[in-house]
Amino acid sequence: MSTVRIPPVLRAQTGGLKQVDASGDTVGTVIASLTSTYPGLAPQLLDERGGLNRFVNVYLNDTDVRHLQELATPVDERDTLLLLPAMAGGAGMPGCPCGCTCGPRVTCACPGRASAG
Amino acid sequence: MPTQTPTTPASPKLDVAGVAMPGSATDSGSATERIQGLRCRNCGRVEVLGPSYVCAACFGPLEVVYDYAVIRDLVDRATIERRPPGIWRYLELLPVSEPPARGLAVGSTPLIAADRLGASLSIDRLWLKDDTRNPTLSFKDRVVAVATARAVEFGADTLACASTGNLAGATAAAAAAAGLRAFVFVPADLEPAKIDHALAYGATVVPIDGTYDQVNRLSMEVADELGWAFVNITLRPFYSEGSKTLAFEIAERLGWRLPDVVVAPIASGSLFTKVAKGFDELVTVGLVEPKPVKFIGGQAAGCSPVATAFGEGTDVIRPVEHPTTIVRSLAIGSPADGRYALDLARRTGGSIESVEDEVTATAIRSVAALEGIFPETAGGVTISAAAQARAAGIIGPDDEVVALLTGNGVKTPDARSYGHEDRPAERGGPGLAPVIAPSLAAFERWLDA
Repeated sequence: MSTVRIPPVLRAQTGGLKQVDASGDTVGTVIASLTSTYPGLAPQLLDERGGLNRFVNVYLNDTDVRHLQELATPVDERDTLLLLPAMAGGAGMPGCPCGCTCGPRVTCACPGRASAG
Repeated sequence: MPTQTPTTPASPKLDVAGVAMPGSATDSGSATERIQGLRCRNCGRVEVLGPSYVCAACFGPLEVVYDYAVIRDLVDRATIERRPPGIWRYLELLPVSEPPARGLAVGSTPLIAADRLGASLSIDRLWLKDDTRNPTLSFKDRVVAVATARAVEFGADTLACASTGNLAGATAAAAAAAGLRAFVFVPADLEPAKIDHALAYGATVVPIDGTYDQVNRLSMEVADELGWAFVNITLRPFYSEGSKTLAFEIAERLGWRLPDVVVAPIASGSLFTKVAKGFDELVTVGLVEPKPVKFIGGQAAGCSPVATAFGEGTDVIRPVEHPTTIVRSLAIGSPADGRYALDLARRTGGSIESVEDEVTATAIRSVAALEGIFPETAGGVTISAAAQARAAGIIGPDDEVVALLTGNGVKTPDARSYGHEDRPAERGGPGLAPVIAPSLAAFERWLDA
């Protein structure tokens, strides 16, 4: 069993546990085991296609698994997985004044932009 | 007390010092109306305003939600123009209830017409936003000021950060001014001047034997476990909003209009995207007319995950595990806002340029020698990015270009001469003169030799 460390934002799904044990021989199978035991974690850790949520970083011991083989990275039972948010500040824009979805005003190149304002 | 005291002619209210402040107690209702809460950028889930940075439902990043209709009624050009200098003149577009009682004098840095540098780059209308002049010599004072004001409003007693250097000094100084403790986490191989800078303000500096990304990961764990107010982690939704003040100042200085092109460095990508957001907000609240603006970013070739993705035409930003560049302030291998920066450059017809360190060093010398401004390495990257984009035709000869110089070269003095030997001075020329005796005769002998 590998050890998985759970960040505070996910601990509601693990009954408050800071770390849990999960079985598996790759990062992907350990996460599958984890979400099987704690189904509430699945929406946060996985996307709709079963891949890793792009807002989650997974570290095997101290290395980001994206520097390794991602979900196929082999895992030993002495290993520790750390889950953390892939932090981003975001840059939400008010949106194009013409009502389209092409993007923010200063970047909008849609025909409606010129008349909007 | 190092405090800024903006005034607002509309509904002026007196604070305890008898100075009119926008958004002070008696009109604080406007703050709760204009700042609506936090919203997940990914799933749209809304949370109440608090020291949160990640969505509990999907792990997506949180951002501050404003009611722009309310803000539009609160500000106009004349009101802002009557206020004293500093970032708080734009209070209504910042996620803070009122200007802090204690804080540094941040912002209102010069926008300088760079004719000589522009001529060397074949850019006729080049402006330099000189953010080397902020209290701790970088733009980080802007983001930290906003984060600190919010931290105080949230009742924090300790500020912390994970830093590539400039943020360390900015956080340490802001904490000192606000009367808070400060812990700064930095890569142990950071330039000594930047570590000394943070120590000078009384901060505890924690050097980590690792890259910035490893420092950042550790800081996230510390933030989560100890509940400390990390300005660029737990307070990130507020912190990042501070970069918008660059956009506000540029537009106001240009006579309430937008430039054709903005050139900025990209580390996390936050500054780059928030300048665009700032322009958008000015349009939304009716302070400037809408106008397309190209966004051009610069990264150091030794750590250029966003520039690489741009060049390859992919949306996938591959992290750089071991950055190798003299540009420490941009050496973020896993840029938090990289995908947003990539999207912005593409959508505006801009670009993200990768710059070799020797080219950066040459650009630092050019800016200093031609304009009298000594930028740090990120400024060298920015000017080089402008040069490369001009050469590629992305910047046109008649474009009005604003380049952001985000940090001061005195913090990275060795970078200037990277790949370049300082020459001894010849008569009347630049360089280091020989040691001469303290007499006019000795000086004249050398000058006439």
